[in-house]
Parts: sequence; C-alpha cells; structure tokens
Amino acid sequence: MEKVKLFGTWSSPFVKRIVWALNLKNIEHEVIYEDLANKSPELLKYNPIHKKVPVLVHNEISICESLVILQYIDETWKNTCPLLPKDPLDRAKERFWARFGDEEVLPSFFGYVMKKGKDQEEAKETTLAHLKRIEQLLSEKKFLSGESFGFLDIAFGWLAEYSHPLEVVAGLKLLDEDSFPNLCAWKDRFLEIPAIKESWPDQETLIAKFQESKDGSGK
Amino acid sequence: MADEVKLHGVDGSPFVCRVKIALNIKKIDYKYVVEDLSNKSADLLKYNPVHKKVPVFVHNGNSVSESLVIVEYIDDAWKAVPILPQDAYEKAQARFWAKFIDDKCIPALFKAIGSHGEEQAVAEAHEQLQFLENELNVKGKKFFGGGDINLVDIAATFIAYWVGAAEEALGIKLVSKDKFPKIKEWDGNYINSQVVKDGLPPREILVAFFKKRFGNA
Repeated sequence: MEKVKLFGTWSSPFVKRIVWALNLKNIEHEVIYEDLANKSPELLKYNPIHKKVPVLVHNEISICESLVILQYIDETWKNTCPLLPKDPLDRAKERFWARFGDEEVLPSFFGYVMKKGKDQEEAKETTLAHLKRIEQLLSEKKFLSGESFGFLDIAFGWLAEYSHPLEVVAGLKLLDEDSFPNLCAWKDRFLEIPAIKESWPDQETLIAKFQESKDGSGK
Repeated sequence: MADEVKLHGVDGSPFVCRVKIALNIKKIDYKYVVEDLSNKSADLLKYNPVHKKVPVFVHNGNSVSESLVIVEYIDDAWKAVPILPQDAYEKAQARFWAKFIDDKCIPALFKAIGSHGEEQAVAEAHEQLQFLENELNVKGKKFFGGGDINLVDIAATFIAYWVGAAEEALGIKLVSKDKFPKIKEWDGNYINSQVVKDGLPPREILVAFFKKRFGNA
C-alpha cells in the first residue's frame, strides 16, 4: 500500500502543481498544511536544505522542488495520465519552457503585482514580453503540451488559476483577450479539466492574501 | 543515416563544458561551433532566440538550450552509458542536486570570486558547499553518481575546475582540503577521468579570464 503525503500551503502555486498531478493520476494522498512562519519538524526533516514547500513523501522517502516532484510522480505512476511526452526532443522543449516559466515568467508576474511606481512599470513590460512568448507557443495548439494537456500545462497552470486574483491586486488586467487570445482560450480549457476544476482555490481568499502580501511588502 | 550533431559554445563556459562531457561519455561525434559572444552568429540567434546564450545543442536541425536540459536530452536520445539513474527516486535526487548546484552553489561561488574572497561571501558559499560535502560523505563513493559520473558530477564541473582557476588568478582560497576533504577528493577523481579531461578547456584560459574580469586594475 503506497503512502503518499504532500507538505504544502493552500495558496502556493508550486504546491498546487503537485495536487493537480496527484489528482490527475488518481493517487491517494494526504495533504499536510504548513504554517510557513512556524514550520513543522517533519518539513524541516524532509527538506533540510531549502526548508520549503512542496515536499512529497512517498513511503517515507522525500522529494523536493516542484518540477522534480512532477517528473518523479510521472515516472513512478506511469500507467495513468502520462504527463511528459515520449519523444526526447518534445521532453527537452517542455523542460526548457517549464524552467523559463519558473525562472522568468512567474517571478516577473508576481513581481509586477507586488511592486509599486516605476518598478511596477518596468516589471509590467518584462511580464508582457514573457507572456507574448507563451502566447506564441500556443499558436495552433490546444494545450502547451499539444493536443492534450501535460507537464507544461501543469507547470504554467498558475497562470490560469492565479492571474485573476493577481490582476485584481495589481489593478490592471494583463491577460486580456485582445492581446492574448490563445492564452485566454488555453486558460479556459485548462480550468475545465475535472481534476483541475475540483481543486479551484477560493478566489476571494486568494485576492485577500495577495493584497496582504503587497501591503506588507513596504516597497 | 548518420546523426548531425552540433554544439555552439565558447571554451571558457562551464555550462558548455557540461555538454562536452556528456557527449564524451556517450562517445558522440559532434561539430563544435565556437561563438564570439560579442558578435553572435545568426545560427545561435535562430536556435536560441529566447536567451541568445551558449550552449546550444543542435541534433539533426533541432535545437535544445539550457545546459542541464541538453544533458538530459542527450541521455534520453542516446541510451548507451546512462548519465541519469534508472530508478525514479534516484533520478529525482540527481535532478534535485543538479538544480541545487545551479541555483545556490554556483551563484554563491561566483559572488565569493567577484568579491575577491570577502569573508561574508565566502561564508555563504561554504554554507552551500557543506551540503555537497555532506552528500559525498553519506554516499561514500568516488562520484556523486556512485562508481560512475552522473548528472550531478557534470553539473558540478564549475566547482571541480573553474573555482581552482579563480583561486589561482586572484590569490584566494575558496575550497580548502581541511574544510572540504570529500569535495577535494571528488575533484581529483572527476578532473582525472578521461571523459572530463577531454572536455575541459586549458586552465590558462580560465586563469586569464578571471584575472581580466576580476583582477585588480
């Protein structure tokens, strides 16, 4: 009997990815919600280096870093809902873009929302440029992974689920349908996937949380 | 039909070196295209329009960028002599450590080098290196990959070779034998492996680079 635990927070986009993957593959699991201001001894034991969430614990062995965890899940539970493509080149492309998303797109989007004044203006330009690249990736494709959703859609899923609350806090709609028709259509398709839909976070609570972070940032 | 394999790079880049080592391990013939980063080739800009950086790997006209993505691609596409472990958990561990080296170790070491061995910067680099030291200690083997070189060893090439050149160029000590005995031992094993030796640039180039970039005026 497999024992799967996920250490996380309800609002982290990195944790969300793992919840989606576990749900898509019908993997029974327990979620342990952490208070990041008061981390549990278990979290610190399972992720002593980064002390962050998400951490996946599978039969007492721990895996950290969300994209590493996603690939672990895909390689361990191979028979249901494969996430990464089979072809090496397609896999390389998805890994490249997932990394780009995490290192460039997500920080700039979140940064744009949290910043003020001139910093915000600059962050906005960078974010828009990044979003244009993703928009291009979706030309003639239903999902980022191709005809059906996969690893790359999950990696960018934060854009589908978090863009609205982030835009409310920023006071500006970044993902508008005129500039980003492909991304907006993708967003709707992604959110309709049953395993994604059932874990839709409460939007109002997310807005409140991001607003609190922004007000508290003092920048 | 023979594969067409090209690698765009510069000699001084530890990231390009990772790819060379992977190609050596797999005994893949390739054409090495030296780039001038102040005057990037049209091909480089075509193959890596997002970052416009090296290394860029081109296999039968298809390009792959980002050194660790390239190494995994090479491992996926050429099955002989695996670079990543077969077991899913071991694979996850290898990816974790490779990412740790990229995200934490190398930036901290670069900061320590750039500051000419300033105390705080060195302390921060040591904090990250200690995790690697512990990992080697726990594993108790020749390489991060055990008996053979794996993704983690390749990711750590900068630590094995570039750091030593920087130490020489700037007259500083970053990784000492008494503080990091396991890393130094690993270093020696790694640099002396033929597949690595064949991919490393001449040390003088790196020493000259560090002197020029960070040396006193």
